[in-house]
Amino acid sequence: MSTQTASKVPEGKPADWVPAGDLQEVVDPEWLMHEAPRTTEFITGSEAAREAIRRCNVDVAISYPITPQSETMQQAGYLYDEGHIKEYYRAEEEIGTMSAIAGASRAGVRSLTATSGPGLMRGLEAISSWPGARTPVVLLNMCRVINTPLAIQPDNIEISFLLNTGMLHAHGENQQDFYDYTLAAFMVSEEVDVTLPATVSVDGFFVTHARGHVSMTDPKYKLPPRDGWRSAVPAMDNENPPARISRDAPIQKSNFISYHMHASWQQEVFAAVRRSAKYWRKYLGDLIEVVNPGAKEMIIASGAAVSQARECVRQSEEKGIEVGLIKVKTIRPFPEEEILNAVQGAERIYVPEFNQAGWLHKEVCSTLYGKCKADIIAGPRVYGGMTMPTELLLDWMAEGRKDNPSYTF
Amino acid sequence: MSLANLTPSPGFHKWLPVEYRDLVEHGPYFRDKKPKVSDMGKFKEIVEEHPMCAGCAMTLFIRLVFIGLPTPEHTVIVGTAGCGRLAISQGSIPFIYGNYGDTNATASGLKRGLEVRFPNQHKDVVVMAGDGGLIDIGFQHLMHGWFRQEKFTTILLDNEVYGNTGGQESGMTRQGQILKMAPRGKKTGKIDALGLAKVSKVDYVARIAPTNPARVARTVRRAVLVAREVGSSYIQAYTSCNIEYAIPTPDVMKDAFDVEKDRYGFEEIISDRAKEFLAEVEKKDKAKK
Repeated sequence: MSTQTASKVPEGKPADWVPAGDLQEVVDPEWLMHEAPRTTEFITGSEAAREAIRRCNVDVAISYPITPQSETMQQAGYLYDEGHIKEYYRAEEEIGTMSAIAGASRAGVRSLTATSGPGLMRGLEAISSWPGARTPVVLLNMCRVINTPLAIQPDNIEISFLLNTGMLHAHGENQQDFYDYTLAAFMVSEEVDVTLPATVSVDGFFVTHARGHVSMTDPKYKLPPRDGWRSAVPAMDNENPPARISRDAPIQKSNFISYHMHASWQQEVFAAVRRSAKYWRKYLGDLIEVVNPGAKEMIIASGAAVSQARECVRQSEEKGIEVGLIKVKTIRPFPEEEILNAVQGAERIYVPEFNQAGWLHKEVCSTLYGKCKADIIAGPRVYGGMTMPTELLLDWMAEGRKDNPSYTF
Repeated sequence: MSLANLTPSPGFHKWLPVEYRDLVEHGPYFRDKKPKVSDMGKFKEIVEEHPMCAGCAMTLFIRLVFIGLPTPEHTVIVGTAGCGRLAISQGSIPFIYGNYGDTNATASGLKRGLEVRFPNQHKDVVVMAGDGGLIDIGFQHLMHGWFRQEKFTTILLDNEVYGNTGGQESGMTRQGQILKMAPRGKKTGKIDALGLAKVSKVDYVARIAPTNPARVARTVRRAVLVAREVGSSYIQAYTSCNIEYAIPTPDVMKDAFDVEKDRYGFEEIISDRAKEFLAEVEKKDKAKK
């Protein structure tokens, strides 16, 4: 049961002020994602995020500045001022931000925040506790180098730190993905059999500050509100007969019951990540996109590396060489089965990445180990803010066609 | 939110946990006239069993806090690692046992979220945590919550030591005290948290020791009501650690009285707007009686 009623007119607004969100029409999310008419605009990634947030019916957003994310959460501030977001403030720093947004989500309301590289690292203790607390927070993450040396440039190594937290995670290629994935993330994360936080990452600057064509629905439509009564665990609202969920035997003591309970709790979180796949499919079509299926040379990529890979596919085609591409949309759940099916004809697989660690390469290797005969080549990789010229990929692929196909990075 | 939505349908009443039925029928849930401190032992309390050390003054204080809550059925408690949570988590009130030192940030989001979701029902948020949790690791969030005038209550269980991790000095330990991690005695003095609360313009600030149970309950009620309607509130309570400070169990209350007399006397610092509000509330309370 929802108890939301018209709120008081905020200070500084005229007496007849109506929150802009109240003038929007709640529509079916699948219709919004797949059928509602769209128009295309040429906007930055931060603006695409703003337009997604405008349509997401967000209750509470908590911000803290960090480059390149700041623009998005300040845009969220404008949306709050317009009345699209019900509550908003600038927190003290990221541990405070990530703790507070979890508190908001535990109240049963739709909650949003955003950060970048070092901010993510600062807030990581709080962030990594979100899945266990079953808080469906949506975190927008604009990837950035982790200091030191200090830099603000794009580099997505921070994604590797989120892989084993139990969070859902989509990695957008461009401004369009940032818009679509954000809408999908709220819907997926709040499904009862999921009830998990979701990160939507994009590569900083390449996506956030560059313009791209984004096809969007009419801003008069918005997603249905979060129903705080539909959740895998009760909200912290004292609306249920009190369940002593932290009672001593299960959690507070070191005994076999506590170990067992913790283990099963973790198993359930990671099972929920897998269960979310069906909902991601509902909104994103599939967890991967395949270009030139059956090609002997395949590129597996996520994020901005996909765009570079697309150009590599195009230029190879001009030379009469067929190169395939698998775009990984969701890092968690990782689309193991889909990738396995898509690489069956492959002899060599390249995994270009914007980070030093090669976290996607490791994911691909552990997925395909023993199930695929292709050489899985660790790269090419750029990091620290470097761009990835298409020539780099083309050179690596040309090298791979020589007698020494399994060289490593 | 109307009470009707929360009161179980009579047909289902018997299927509710007996503990819940007791809280409604014989305890403080949904009662116009809350059970009083002087009736302790005769009603269903929010916390009845706990694994705290024998003679722990903090436990008594936590029991009294639960009695003082004006609307326990619409309260959420937020805590962090420390002795206190061992008893608080036994209470029949939802308890968020968060990350280290995150209480006042979590409470900020929680309170705002509850206000969005329940615009017609007060939901009280109370942080109850120790001196390490609030004054050391959670200090930044404590201060910023005050600066933002967040509308929840913070109760500092001040045992002047990290009790739960085995007796290390904290920011609230007094100068010269020898404890673990202070082998030569603490070099600096006790942090003046009350002074910080005052300069942060916290609307209701109280220092208290558990020597007068009715006063503890009244102070908690005042703090929660101020947070509900006016702004931030803060109670700093002396809740000795008889283990780490080697206070013989039979002498725990004597110590509380001695410390109260020496340096922990009852004191309230109330803003003008909170004074005005409390005067109004207490006038109505008197009229009811």
